[in-house]
Amino acid sequence: MTMVAVAGREGASEVERWTLPSARDFETVNALIAAPLLERGSWSWRVWWTAFVVSVALTTVFLIMIFMVFTRGIGIWGVNTTVVWGFAIADYVWWIGIGNAGTLISAMLLLMRQKWRASTNRFAEAMTLFAATIAGIFPIIHMGRPLYWYWLTPYPNTMHLWPQWRSALIWDFWAILSYILFSILFWYVGLIPDFATMRDRARTKAPRAIYGALALGWRGAAQHWYVYERLHIALACLGVPLVVSLHSVVGMDFAASLMPGWQETIFPPYFVVGAMYSGFAMVVCLAALVRWGFRMESLITVAHFDVIAKVMLTAAIVMGVSYATEWFNAWYGGDPTDRKLVAFEFTGAYAPMFWTMLACNVAIPQAFWFSAVRQRISAVFLISVLINIGMWFERILIIWNTLSHDYTPSMWRLFIPTFWDWVTTFGSLGLFAVMYLVFVRLIPVVSMHEVRRLIAEERSS
Amino acid sequence: MTCLLLAQFSDRAHFLTAARRMHDAGHRLRDAFTPFPVEEILDLLPQHRSHSRVVMFVAGIGMAAIAYGLEYFSAVTNYPYNSGGRPLDAWPAFMLVPFATGILVAAVAGFTTLLVETGLPRLHHPLFAVDGFERASQDHFILAIEAPPIGEGKHRVVGMLRDIGAARIQEIER
Repeated sequence: MTMVAVAGREGASEVERWTLPSARDFETVNALIAAPLLERGSWSWRVWWTAFVVSVALTTVFLIMIFMVFTRGIGIWGVNTTVVWGFAIADYVWWIGIGNAGTLISAMLLLMRQKWRASTNRFAEAMTLFAATIAGIFPIIHMGRPLYWYWLTPYPNTMHLWPQWRSALIWDFWAILSYILFSILFWYVGLIPDFATMRDRARTKAPRAIYGALALGWRGAAQHWYVYERLHIALACLGVPLVVSLHSVVGMDFAASLMPGWQETIFPPYFVVGAMYSGFAMVVCLAALVRWGFRMESLITVAHFDVIAKVMLTAAIVMGVSYATEWFNAWYGGDPTDRKLVAFEFTGAYAPMFWTMLACNVAIPQAFWFSAVRQRISAVFLISVLINIGMWFERILIIWNTLSHDYTPSMWRLFIPTFWDWVTTFGSLGLFAVMYLVFVRLIPVVSMHEVRRLIAEERSS
Repeated sequence: MTCLLLAQFSDRAHFLTAARRMHDAGHRLRDAFTPFPVEEILDLLPQHRSHSRVVMFVAGIGMAAIAYGLEYFSAVTNYPYNSGGRPLDAWPAFMLVPFATGILVAAVAGFTTLLVETGLPRLHHPLFAVDGFERASQDHFILAIEAPPIGEGKHRVVGMLRDIGAARIQEIER
């Protein structure tokens, strides 16, 4: 209740909203963030270990699935000659969407001077990195002949063949590759000063050596900070267009085709907003878990959830308008195939999922109009989970509806997921959880130097 | 040999006051070590320069040109492939690869510039041996001031720093 009161307090300055008074001291912030990593003995890791064991089990199943796909082929999934894309591609689009929000939060909010990014950017960027890495696995395992993945790259070969540069799938390869490597770099640059703090706080040899090596000898000298700041902002300027282009390209994978429902020029921006939407929803889930698991109530405040809920509300409205634009275009364009496709979406075999998607993505998030909902973390968390489910439905339906309802009725077939399809989806969640759990145990989950700066500004204001 | 005074402050305001007063009194400030960037200090220190953005721009444009050149060479010269009569040099479709790789290489160039301009990685530095220097990455602000090596001048500087609120003053020789 106190936190709600602080967040909603009239006249609270812009900065005061983002930290609670109990964490307005440099040493308190450092201790709060570094202690779980350096003084592990004094922390109970029971929940962590439980989550880790479950995630490793899921990851193992995921690896078995990959082995099965590599040895038996993609026939183990529910894909057929009509619905040639299935869960793997939907999962790819879903994960890459989640992989967008970290850089968006970090880079765009940095450029817009939104101070609240300080305590959220680190774990959001980590989310980006892991989600984009997982997303990169799917196109490769979906290839059918994954051993030829390197044909995507331009290299001199005896067949004198080159990649088809006009293909959106080639753009995808370059966009993802560049994005993952860029994200690693952006993340690491932001981490260097924090590794230095960890090095200087470590009391035992191994952590000091490891964090020391990662900190590269950072001393916090004026020249260090000067170059760092300029580079960080320049990277943010580059990151925003890169992240927008990444999901636009994913949108073009669909929009560049001739299938009914996949010819929408609105796809690139609509995919970018959808990506930001599901990414923010995932950030909320992770923020709530990090806040609870690491007792970060004083750094990740109700005000953070409130502001992210507002972003998600905006995205929900944009998504609603985008869906409506698709339906309108189908009607206004007058093509019977497109009109039938929309009718199939609302009334066909996948209709229950379609209605669920509309409820999760458009209707339920309207609750964020009310500050009472935005400032109740459990409510924001629950709606975010629903948004993630809704966005997953959206991804799978973009594929299923169009492919199941082609131009020729004799080709119409449905997709029936197999056991391995479900393993693909839930196994990837396990892999994500493993990477995330390892991250929170080894790397400061909140950017210490940025929070220190935030509270220094708060003090001087 | 120069005598360097390292004055530690637990507060940013005191640290800045000390820096300004030392600067006004004609003492040369050598460097400052802070737990987060303090922009106000830069005006008082020797010139700081960074060419990272120029390097990034050149590297990014260079990579984009190479990527486009590769696309042009492969699609127009080396393996012309007529796909439905579309132009061989399909520049709008060719834009993404130069764009994405250009940004990536610009970022890598920027990071390399960071390393060059900060002298990192340098895992051992004499300053790490100074007692209390580890606080500079946590909660203390350290000012490195060139001081007269002996005599009254030095005592006056030390006294002044103490009056402003230095938590600790150490002397090192360089």
